[in-house]
Amino acid sequence: MTDEVITVTGLRKTYGDLEAVAGIDLAIRSGEVFALLGPNGAGKTTTVEILEGYRVRTAGEVSVLGFDPADRSRELRRRVGIVLQSTGVDPYLTVRETVALYASYYPSPRNVDEVVDLVGLSEKRDARVIKLSGGQQRRLDVAIALAGDPELLFLDEPTTGFDPGARRHAWDVIGNLAELGKTIFLTTHYMDEAQNLANRVAVITKGEIVAEGPPSTLVEQHLGRTVIRFRRPPGDLPPSVRDGSTVGAEIEIAVDEPTRTLHELTSWAVERGIELEGLQVTRPTLEDVYLELTRGEAGAE
Amino acid sequence: MSDAGLLAQQVRTTNKAFWRNPASAFFTFAFPLMFLVIFTALLGGGNVEVAPGVMIQQDSYYVAAMAAFAVITATYTNLAISVSFTRDAGILKRTRGSPLPAGIYLGGRVAHAVLISILLVLITAAFGVAFYQANVPTGVLLWEYFVTVVVGAMAFSALGLATTAVVPNADAAPAVVNAIILPLLFLSGIFFPLEGAPQWMIVLGDIFPVKHFAEAMLGSFYGPPLQFEWVDVLVVAAWGVVGLALAIRFFSWEPRK
Repeated sequence: MTDEVITVTGLRKTYGDLEAVAGIDLAIRSGEVFALLGPNGAGKTTTVEILEGYRVRTAGEVSVLGFDPADRSRELRRRVGIVLQSTGVDPYLTVRETVALYASYYPSPRNVDEVVDLVGLSEKRDARVIKLSGGQQRRLDVAIALAGDPELLFLDEPTTGFDPGARRHAWDVIGNLAELGKTIFLTTHYMDEAQNLANRVAVITKGEIVAEGPPSTLVEQHLGRTVIRFRRPPGDLPPSVRDGSTVGAEIEIAVDEPTRTLHELTSWAVERGIELEGLQVTRPTLEDVYLELTRGEAGAE
Repeated sequence: MSDAGLLAQQVRTTNKAFWRNPASAFFTFAFPLMFLVIFTALLGGGNVEVAPGVMIQQDSYYVAAMAAFAVITATYTNLAISVSFTRDAGILKRTRGSPLPAGIYLGGRVAHAVLISILLVLITAAFGVAFYQANVPTGVLLWEYFVTVVVGAMAFSALGLATTAVVPNADAAPAVVNAIILPLLFLSGIFFPLEGAPQWMIVLGDIFPVKHFAEAMLGSFYGPPLQFEWVDVLVVAAWGVVGLALAIRFFSWEPRK
C-alpha cells in the first residue's frame, strides 16, 4: 500500500444525467509509467482532471501521494507536474523566463537551463513564446511540468501535434524520467506511444475500464494469435492452412503455434517449388486490441 | 521563495509582459490624455457650474475627471479584459495546477494595476500642470487624494475581476466591459459635468461607485470651493468589497464553455 502513488476506488463523476466516469478502480505504484487509453468522451480527461484536483468527484475514494486532490493542498501541488491538453503561457515572456517563473513556485526546482535543454528548446531559450511553433509550445508545456522536479507527472496527450522526430525525442525524455524513478500518468491517442512507454495500460470506454495490464499481456489476452498472410498460390493448399480466411487474393490465418504452422507451410511450398508471394507474419499490436475493445466507440469524436 | 517574494515576482512578471505588448500599453496611457486634450479643446476655457452656485475652471475639472477615468481604465477595464484573455488562453488553468496560491497570482495582477493607475494619475496631473495651469493638491488634500486613488484602484480592480464571471469568452470581453462602464462614465460626470442633468440620471449615478469616485477625486484634487467627502470613498470601498465577494464566489479559472 505504501508503495502506491495513486489509489482510486469506485470513482464516479456525473454531469446531470451523464455519467462521465462510472465507477473505476486504479492503483499506480511508485516508478510506474501508466497509460490511460480511450476514445474522446470516454472519461479519460475527466478522470485525470479529478486526480489533478481540477474536478470534484461525485463518489468514490481518491488518494494521490497520500492526499485527497479535492482538498487542493499546496503541498500536493508542489510534488506534482502537470501537462494539460490546452493550457497557455504568457505570449510576451521568453522560454527561459517562463520556465524560471514556474520553477520559482516549487521548493526544490530543477536547473532552468537544464530543463530547457532537456526538452530541446536550447536554441529558443530567449525567444518569446509568441514566436514558437505549436510543437515547440508543447515542449515548453513539458518543460514547465518538469521545472519543479516533481515525483509524479500527469501527461495528458503530451505529443499531440509533434512531428515523428520530436515524438521520438519526447519519448526519450519521458523514458529518462521513468529511469529516474518518477511516476508517470499518461493519456494518449497514440498506441505506439503507450506500447513504447507504458509498463501498464488501462482502456476506458463509456466511463468504465474494460481492460488493464502490461501492453504485451493485454495483446496476448485479447488477440493472442499471430497472423500469417500470403497470396493464394495456384492449386491445393496444405492441410494446416485450409481453414484460413480468404481476403481478396490473400489467405489470412490466425495461429496459436506460428513456428509449426510456418514450418508446414514453407516446407509444403518448397517441396512443390512454389514461391509464396507476399508472405507476412504479424503479431497483433496494442492498436489492434484497442480497436477491438473500443469498437463502436471509435469516431465518437 | 517566500510568499512576499512570489507576490513581488508576479508584479514584476505582469509588468514585463504589459510593456512587451506595446499596443495595449500605449492605449492604456494614451486614452486619458487624448480625452483630456479633446474635452478641454471642445469645452474648455470657461467656467463650469459643478454644484448650484459653485463655479470652477473647466480645464481643471477635466484634469481631475480624466485622472479618475485613467484609474478606472487601468484597473476595471484592463483587468476585466486581460484576465478574460489569460483565462481563455489556459494560463489561469495552468497556474491553478501549480503550487502558486490563487491569492498571490491575482494579488499580483491587482497590485500591478494599482501601480499603473498611480503612474497614470501622476502623468495626468503633470500634464494638467504643464498645459492647463492645474493646481496640484498639497497637505491634507494630497493625502485625501492619494487615499482616494488607492482605494478606488483596488475597488475597481475587484469589480474588474468580478466582471470576468459574466464575460463569456475573450472575444466578447471588450464589448461586455464597455457596455458596463461607458454608460456609468457618462452617468457619473466623468465626461460632462452633471449640473442640470435630469433627476433620474443623478439618482442612478448615485447608486454606482463611479460617480462617488469621480467626486472624491475632484474634491481632493481641486479643493475649496469643492467639498471632499469621505463618505464617497467609503461607498467606493463598499463596492470593492462586494466586487471581491462576487469574484471569490464566481471567478472561473477555466474558459467558460
